Amino acid sequence: MSLRHDIVIVGGGGAGLRAAIAIAETNPSLSVAVVSKVYPMRSHTVAAEGGAAAVIKDNDSLDEHFKDTIGGSDWLADQDAVEFFVKTAPEEMIQLEHWGCPWSREPDGSVAVRPFGGMKIERTWFAADKTGFHMLHALYQTSLKYSPITSYNEWFATKILVENNRCQGVAALDLRTGKVETVLAGAVIMCTGGAGKIFPFTTNGAIKTGDGMGMAYRAGVGLKDMEFIQYHPTGLPGTGILITEAARGEGGILINKDGYRYLQDYDLGTPLEITDPDHPVKKSMELGPRDRLSQAFMRERDKGGTISTDGGPVVHLDIRHLGEKLIDKKLPFVRELAKNYAGIDPVHTPIPVRPVVHYIMGGIDTDINGATQLPGLYAAGETACVSINGANRLGSNSLTELLVFGGVAGHAAAEFATNNPDLDEAALELQGVDEQQRIARDFINKQGGTERIATLRKEMHETMEEGAGIYRTDAALRTTSEKLVELRERFANLLIEDRSLTFNTELTSALELDFMLDLALAVAESGLARTESRGSHQRTDYPERDDANFLKHSLAFKTIDGVRIDYKDVVITKWPPEERVYGR
Amino acid sequence: MAKTIELEIFRYRPEEESEPTLQSYEVPFNEEWVVLDAINYIKDEIDGTISHRWSCRMGVCGSCGMMINRVPRLTCAAFLKEYYPRKIRVEPLDGFPVERDLVTDMDMFVSKLTDVSPWIIRNEGEEKPVEEGTYLQSPGELAEYKQYSMCINCMLCYAACPVFALDTNFLGPAAIALGQRYNMDSRDQGRDQRQEVIASHDGVWHCTFVGECSAVCPKDVDPAGAIQRAKLSSTADYFKDLLMPWGKRK
Repeated sequence: MSLRHDIVIVGGGGAGLRAAIAIAETNPSLSVAVVSKVYPMRSHTVAAEGGAAAVIKDNDSLDEHFKDTIGGSDWLADQDAVEFFVKTAPEEMIQLEHWGCPWSREPDGSVAVRPFGGMKIERTWFAADKTGFHMLHALYQTSLKYSPITSYNEWFATKILVENNRCQGVAALDLRTGKVETVLAGAVIMCTGGAGKIFPFTTNGAIKTGDGMGMAYRAGVGLKDMEFIQYHPTGLPGTGILITEAARGEGGILINKDGYRYLQDYDLGTPLEITDPDHPVKKSMELGPRDRLSQAFMRERDKGGTISTDGGPVVHLDIRHLGEKLIDKKLPFVRELAKNYAGIDPVHTPIPVRPVVHYIMGGIDTDINGATQLPGLYAAGETACVSINGANRLGSNSLTELLVFGGVAGHAAAEFATNNPDLDEAALELQGVDEQQRIARDFINKQGGTERIATLRKEMHETMEEGAGIYRTDAALRTTSEKLVELRERFANLLIEDRSLTFNTELTSALELDFMLDLALAVAESGLARTESRGSHQRTDYPERDDANFLKHSLAFKTIDGVRIDYKDVVITKWPPEERVYGR
Repeated sequence: MAKTIELEIFRYRPEEESEPTLQSYEVPFNEEWVVLDAINYIKDEIDGTISHRWSCRMGVCGSCGMMINRVPRLTCAAFLKEYYPRKIRVEPLDGFPVERDLVTDMDMFVSKLTDVSPWIIRNEGEEKPVEEGTYLQSPGELAEYKQYSMCINCMLCYAACPVFALDTNFLGPAAIALGQRYNMDSRDQGRDQRQEVIASHDGVWHCTFVGECSAVCPKDVDPAGAIQRAKLSSTADYFKDLLMPWGKRK
């Protein structure tokens, strides 16, 4: 028997919860299902640290936020979407304040803001350095107030159900019983987060395996701009744990093995002394954008300026001069993480850091309302690509994006579901039966395989880092692509040891790897096709940006012959491409 | 020879076993590894049938709480070197039904969180429209409740609580601390509404103030302190009602 709701949201992180609340508030008669493979407060929004951008102070303007975002995106963001985003951001952030988010405050009781990389004027709201944690818990706790929201916690959605060219629900595996259930609705919103786990070294949690992107891709929906992977410049070696950009926003500096602020050698400006009252200078040096800082690290490594450690080459993030008091007030989590996982106290010792995969700019192709090409299917958050992030996301735009586009997608999906209440229930239910049989046949009851999940995953990781990392070439991307095709073949020979129907995490790992192999290939093929360098996509064989040919979003489609790449134009409303300048 | 360490893992698969067992695994001893890394190593390389929850590996998602040598801890924050060369026994959190292996049933916990109405409550007609901007909240007012807002819902405090061990009806440390978090927020007006649950028999008065909850809390939330404060203010309510019955709280 199918479960019937008006809207199904897949994923209970920031975007999913914001969408659920938006629907519950505007139309309490609609029933909303939140299907999540984890309890919502485990969602990876929880790990975001530094803050969320929105114009609130008198010295700032929507136009400045727009410009920082477009420049940061290397002109690949859609300008209509960004205009809408910056305009809606403040009201969403105020709303979250009303819902109890414990924003850090100025002495007068107003919300405090801090600068982030690539930002001309400070506009990042923060809750110390656990902003994502506080936002997620405020959203989760607020969502508990609404009785029309039903949570299906630890239900792993595996398939989008389409009938009559309309998305009408999902099939989801109830981890507790091992049973595939069909959750039907007039509209579905994918809010399943990013896919950092296709790479070996990432700030992303174990759950970020791109399931929603994978489901949409298999349902024929295009994945937009998948070649754009953001490396955050400051992760801890070994674990990949994030040290927030806020550390640099507060004045932290990056130094090489000789204590030299090497960023000045890579067209990021001229450093001021740390004692200078104007330090840190916005949009300059340590407050340059993430793509440029990560690229500078690689070049500094090639020049021999980095420090070798067991966890690979590192540079030092030095925040000692901020002093213990400020660090404890504004960066307590940085101190806690550095102490626990790097064994050093940043009050007294610089923090070893290296670039780490952090965010995927690409995702499910949506319009400004979160709608995909498949009627009834919506997406929001990191899993979606609207795009406001283009070729490089501006730090602290992603948390705000969850709110703005989570809310928008909620409203749009509610309207669609209200206008399309009739479902093809019998056919959908049969699809659910098929999905149960597929999972039983290919996984739980599968006999005779020899390939360990961990082995295939590791080889996928290695080839992604090798070919689709910070600097790419045609040859390396081709090798990666071929390797991924090989891994896909070997996946058919997967070894399954666990036959249990109760909380079978070997099964979920296999399903996740299945999605990731699809997505990894979409990344590699999209990267191969883009023969230019823009933002986070740097081709050493095509080092220049090529607006004549590539002021376009890529769209990857899954076909029986592999990945097909199409393009569509970027929306430019008021600011045609210029040279991207930082620090001068 | 490379150093190794022994992990004894609690195993229970309800379809196959009527009783839980302990299974031993020998894993490489790596100075940098936390217990979670060792469990993941076992799952990846030795035995794919172990089930456990984890995600962020940085002490903030709250998924990976387990009993390590009988003490409730986050496995992502417990280093192997703290135990080496002793063996490490890993079991699911005490106090909750076991679904499978190291996975407990946490629905009861979630319903306790919901019971304390953990959201901003405003008096009818006193909600602030978004167009009017944010509430003002001074750093001092923020500091009043900030500590109680740091809970990651890892449930270690329930596993440590001797009262909860005897009676799962007890609202418990994290839920009471969460109620207090909202009670003490200058933007909130819902304290009276929450009191019914927090000051009930299954609420604060059940607590015998052993303080184990605060001892195991990985985020220094101090739920025991929250319970004490809630008791004090409930007592104040009681005397206020006695002395000033005309102003009686609903």
